[in-house]
Amino acid sequence: MGFLKWLAKIDRRIIFLVLALVVLVPLLVKIPIPPKVSEPVENAYRAIDTLRPGSVVVLSVDYDATSAPECQPMMEAIAEHAFRRGLKIILLGHLVTGLPLGQIAIEEAAARHGKTYGTDYVNLGYRPNPITVIVGIGREIRDFYGADYQGVPVDSFPMMRDVHNYDDIAALVSFAHGTMVEIWIEYAWGRFGEQIIGGVTGVVAPNLYPYLQSKQLVGLLGGLKGASEYESLLERPGLGSKGMPAQTTAHLLIILFILVGTVADFIVDVYTRRKK
Amino acid sequence: MTFGTLLGIWIAATLTIAIFSFLYRDNPLYKFAEHLYVGVSAAYWVVTTAKFTMQDMLVDVFITNWKAYQSTGSSTAFWEAMILIIPTILGIMMLTRWFGPKVNWISRWPIAFTVGLGAGLGITGAIQGFLLPQVQATLLPIWEPGISAAAPISGPQILIIVSNIVLIVGVIGTLIFFYFSRPHTGILGVGSRSGIVFIMIGFGAAFGYTVMARISLLIGRLDFLVNTWIGGTIRFIQDLVR
Repeated sequence: MGFLKWLAKIDRRIIFLVLALVVLVPLLVKIPIPPKVSEPVENAYRAIDTLRPGSVVVLSVDYDATSAPECQPMMEAIAEHAFRRGLKIILLGHLVTGLPLGQIAIEEAAARHGKTYGTDYVNLGYRPNPITVIVGIGREIRDFYGADYQGVPVDSFPMMRDVHNYDDIAALVSFAHGTMVEIWIEYAWGRFGEQIIGGVTGVVAPNLYPYLQSKQLVGLLGGLKGASEYESLLERPGLGSKGMPAQTTAHLLIILFILVGTVADFIVDVYTRRKK
Repeated sequence: MTFGTLLGIWIAATLTIAIFSFLYRDNPLYKFAEHLYVGVSAAYWVVTTAKFTMQDMLVDVFITNWKAYQSTGSSTAFWEAMILIIPTILGIMMLTRWFGPKVNWISRWPIAFTVGLGAGLGITGAIQGFLLPQVQATLLPIWEPGISAAAPISGPQILIIVSNIVLIVGVIGTLIFFYFSRPHTGILGVGSRSGIVFIMIGFGAAFGYTVMARISLLIGRLDFLVNTWIGGTIRFIQDLVR
C-alpha cells in the first residue's frame, strides 16, 4: 500500500525525466515504424500531385517558432512536392514571426531542385488583417501585395505576371497553429471556391474534421503524424518520420501512466474507505 | 558550417536548456530566457509590422502614385494616392485615446469603423463559409435509394447509412445539450444525454491530439539539442581538425 500511496503522490519531476528519456532514446536509436497513410493526408498529396506543372500554389505561413516542430516538416514536405511537380510557389503569411521559417523551407527545396526566385517562387511577406487580405486577393492580389517582402514590384517577377486572383491560384495550403485555416475556408473557399489544404498542429486538427466531411477542405495534415505520412508518400523522410517512433513510445508511456495512476488511485480509495 | 552558424546554434541551445530548467523549479536563468524571448518577439513584431504595414502599404504606395501623377498627370494615380489619406487620418485619430478624456472620444470613430468592417466581414463569412455549408453537409440520407429484394444492401452501404445516422444523432444531441431555455427532461433529457456522450468523445479526440502536439514540441527541441547542437558541434570540430 505504501508503494501505491507513493505512486499517487509521485514527484512530477520524475515523470518529466522518464518522459524525456523515452523521447530521447528513439531519436538516438532508430526504431522502424512504417506509417499508415490516412485518407485526409492522401487526399492532400493527391491534390498537389494532380496539379498541372506550372500551376501556382500559395503556401501560407500561419505558424511561428512555437509550433515549428509540427508545421515545419509539413511545409518542407509540401514545398519539396510542389517543386518536384514543377509547380510555382507564392509564399505569404499572417504571422510575421513565422515567415522566415517558411522562407528557409522553400529556399532549401528550391536549392535541391535548381529553382530560382521570381521565376519559380516568390515571398510576398506579411500584410495585416488577414480577412481583408484574403477577400482582397479574390479581386486582385496586387491590391495588397504590390511588392514582395523586399519591396521589389511583383510585376517584375515572370511567374507573377499572369497571377491576379484565386482564378490563377490552383491550390492553397495554410500551415497554421491557430484558426487561420478556418478563416481561409470561410472567405477563400466560401466566396471564391478556392481549393484549400490544411497543415495544422495536433491541437487544431480535431476542429477541422467537420470541414473535411463537408468537403470544404481538400486534405488535412494533422500534427507530426500528418507530416510523417506525407513524407512517406514522398519517400523522403524528415523530422516527421524521425519523430514518430518517439511519439509512439511517449504515447505508450502516457497510457501506462494513466492506467497505473487510475488503478493505484482506485485501490488506495477502496482501502481507505474499508479502513474507516 | 560557419562559426557564426555554430554560435547561433549554441545561443539557441543555451536558451532551450534555460527554459527547460523551469521543469526542475523556477530560477533566474529561466526568467532571463523568458524575458529575452518576449522582448525579442515584441521588437521583431514592431519592426516588421511597421515595415510591411506603414512603409509597404502606405508610404511606398503614396510616393509611387504621387510620382506617377506628377510625371503623367494620371487622375487614377492621383486618387490612389489621395485615398490613402483617409486611413492615415483614421490611424492618427486612433492614437488620441492616449491623450486624456478631452480628446480620447475621437478614437471612437476609427474604432467604430473597424468594428463595423469586422462585423460585416465576419457575419457574411460565418454564414457563407461556415454555417450554410455545415448545415448542408449534415443533411444526409439515412437510406440508400434503389435497395430492394433484387438488389440487397451491401456492406459499404450499411456503413454509410450507420455513419450518416451517427452524425445526425450527434449533431441533434449536441444542439439539444446547448439548448438552455427548457429543463432537460423527457425527450430533451434523452437528447441532451446523448449529446454529452458525443461531446465527451470529441473532448477525448481533442485531448489525444493535444498530447501528440505537446510531445511533438518536445521531440523537436530534443532533436535540435542532440542532432543540431551536439552533432553540429562535433561535425564542426571534425571539419576544423581536417
